[in-house]
Amino acid sequence: MLSGISLGQYIPGDSLLHRLDPRTKVIGVLAAAVSILAFANWQGFLLAALLTLTALLVSKLPPGIILGSLKSLWLLLVITFLLQAFLTPGTLLAVLGPLKISREGMFAAVEIVLRLALLILIAFLPTLTTPPIKLTAGLESIISPLRRLGVPAHELAMMMTLALRFIPTLLQEAEVVISAQRSRGAGFTTGSPARWARSLLPLFVPLFAGALRRANDLAVAMESRCYRGGANRTRMNALKFSAADYVVIGVTMAVLAGVIALRFV
Amino acid sequence: MSSIIEIVQLTHIYSPGTPFQVTSLDSISLDIKKGVFFAIIGSTGSGKSTLVRHFNGLLTPTAGKVRVCGIDTADKRQRRNLWRSVGLVFQQPEQQLFEETVFADVAFGPRNMGLTEAEVTERVHEALRLVGLDPLAASRMSPFHLSGGVRRKAAIAGVLALRPQILILDEPTAGLDPQGKRQLMEHVEEFRRREGATIILVTHDMEEVALMAERVAVLNRGRLVMEGSPREIFSRAAELTAIGLDLPAPARLMRQLRLLGKPVRTDVLTVAEAEEEIAVLLGETLC
Amino acid sequence: MDEVFIAVKDLTYIYNRDNAGGYRALSGIDLEVKAGEFLVIAGPNGSGKSTLARLFNAMLKPSGGRVIVAGMDTMIPENVWEIRRRVGMVFQNPDNQIVSSLVEEDAAFGAENLGLPAEEVQKRVAETLRLTGLSQYASHAPHLLSGGQKQKLAIAGVLVMRPSCLVLDEPTSMLDPAGRDELMETLIRLNRTMKVTVVLVTHFMEEAVLADRVVVLSDGRIAISGPPAMVFAEVELLAGIGLKLPAALEIAHGLRKRGFPLPQEILTIYDLLAYFKNKALED
Repeated sequence: MLSGISLGQYIPGDSLLHRLDPRTKVIGVLAAAVSILAFANWQGFLLAALLTLTALLVSKLPPGIILGSLKSLWLLLVITFLLQAFLTPGTLLAVLGPLKISREGMFAAVEIVLRLALLILIAFLPTLTTPPIKLTAGLESIISPLRRLGVPAHELAMMMTLALRFIPTLLQEAEVVISAQRSRGAGFTTGSPARWARSLLPLFVPLFAGALRRANDLAVAMESRCYRGGANRTRMNALKFSAADYVVIGVTMAVLAGVIALRFV
Repeated sequence: MSSIIEIVQLTHIYSPGTPFQVTSLDSISLDIKKGVFFAIIGSTGSGKSTLVRHFNGLLTPTAGKVRVCGIDTADKRQRRNLWRSVGLVFQQPEQQLFEETVFADVAFGPRNMGLTEAEVTERVHEALRLVGLDPLAASRMSPFHLSGGVRRKAAIAGVLALRPQILILDEPTAGLDPQGKRQLMEHVEEFRRREGATIILVTHDMEEVALMAERVAVLNRGRLVMEGSPREIFSRAAELTAIGLDLPAPARLMRQLRLLGKPVRTDVLTVAEAEEEIAVLLGETLC
Repeated sequence: MDEVFIAVKDLTYIYNRDNAGGYRALSGIDLEVKAGEFLVIAGPNGSGKSTLARLFNAMLKPSGGRVIVAGMDTMIPENVWEIRRRVGMVFQNPDNQIVSSLVEEDAAFGAENLGLPAEEVQKRVAETLRLTGLSQYASHAPHLLSGGQKQKLAIAGVLVMRPSCLVLDEPTSMLDPAGRDELMETLIRLNRTMKVTVVLVTHFMEEAVLADRVVVLSDGRIAISGPPAMVFAEVELLAGIGLKLPAALEIAHGLRKRGFPLPQEILTIYDLLAYFKNKALED
């Protein structure tokens, strides 16, 4: 089966974080991310860490889900740690065969892993606490001022909406096609690269043809429902900032300002 | 007659151990005899498609045993070869066509069997003729430029060309018009007659079951709730209605007439039988 | 009932007209769809019925002849969007017409495209979900719905534009019997209580017996049209086209052949039963 919980998948809930405007979450996480990348001393680190921790607690997400994102990216953390530890020159701390660990390397490694871990923890919060469709609306609203610069904001958002809608359908279709071709003796894994590529044709040709057919049907259905692009379109659920949204944006911006100010202390 | 498929206490659970865990089949035991025309019915989500995917080893039991042509499908090495003797036609099989010509697509299975090119050609020709397609034209036709009905035939030929001992069809006539339906079922019957194959038909069409099947299994929410001949099954009208299944229209009519107090048989399956019964009834009242 | 909503005059449609090998899908079609009627367009696959449906909402433009919807010619570009608003289309594959991964957002799509204010969209979405019996699924993902429910969502998705007419192109062909019954019930209810004109394209003759009028297409031409009882009396003609009579009609026809004088109005099993009941009373 191609199902199961995937990284950052929406977990329904009723926390303050769930109820925030999606734009607030995107802006808040961006501010937090900049803070995490920008701290230059332990006071700054504390401030950024406090913000992350508060956000996690407020989300009321199960700890397993939160740690799950760290767990699935642990290899990245380990490799980063080792590279920093071994490759930074400085005062020798320990020697493991041909590898040397310096004091500076240890510090740099701990620092970068802390930054990465905080980033991973906070980065998935918007997707974990917002239905994809709302997040898309939020992103559209945030990038829509760029329309004047020629960025097709509405089209991008519509593409995301349709992708969200059709990815599960296409995965299901892929599963059926794989099963059907297996039933006619197809093997998808054997032989030289050229033969392997050829062995994938029975999978990809039907999938591609199917996606085209769906796209065509969908275009006809959308036009029949009077869709003609973003102009003059309204939204049923217009996004609206509440008091909580202003508070959250205020707090995250204050933390960002604090972290940056601390660099100059 | 010997059993070609033996199922003992088969249970299948999707995504076990996750929050998405679903018990799709629940301790099913069933025997299918060699050469029989077997129908599997049940409302959507009753587990029909999951069940038949156990017959060619695409799925394996979470618990219980499935033996097909004497092979235990839990045996990984033997399971890999089951496709050679068990043909499975999926829903809307035309969506799995991929080759440049109809001929090449039908040849895909036989080629995977490792047959000589002469044998492949012979099998492709036979399979195409079975479904009423011209083999010569098929080597020029692209499957992507054909009508839905012809594409369906080509896709089914691709499975018939394996000359399976067991042919499984999952809702093969869905979406076809009446003529297309009738033709397709005739082709299946012709294949069965010629090869002595066992046919397993998954369908929502009760008229099809009444007309074609010798044995019927009824699934409801992953459990086997009835098994028997079509006459036995369709005489248990109340139980079928309770699990969201229909009777064939002629059987429904007879049942209603009986409720009106008319002395008619209720194990009627076909239009012709119903007509005969009513003719007798009307004849009596006319006299 | 007598007001004409769609008028089709001497309509011809040819696919790939620019190429030498164009394919003539429809020729010489004259047809009127009356406001408020339940019309079935029946025919085997390849008879041109889906093409005809797409000419009703200006997705296709006539190669010859005219299609006039509520007085508006589909050939005139300015009319197109008002025609599409008035003629709501539902298609065969329920999966390929759902736009959003949230039921209520999908129902809202058409109204949002019309540029209606948010409160009006919300009001209409609530109303159409209620009419189609989907209110309780408003915040569900569409892939969790059954086939019949998905098609009802497709209907809700066009009802939100407040069309005068629904055109449905083989909406039941991918549904199981339960879904088919569910959808037919919804259509009949919308037609009877909301006075929505319904044009149902199908090859299931069981669905045609429920219509006010049936138009049978064969090879791009109208083979016969009229009330169901009249159309179904032409047993040989229908069989020749490749359409199958519903079981009740087949039985009635067989009995007539044996010399029993059954009335032509018998279309369904219930009609047959009613006939026997009355007969029992007479005897």
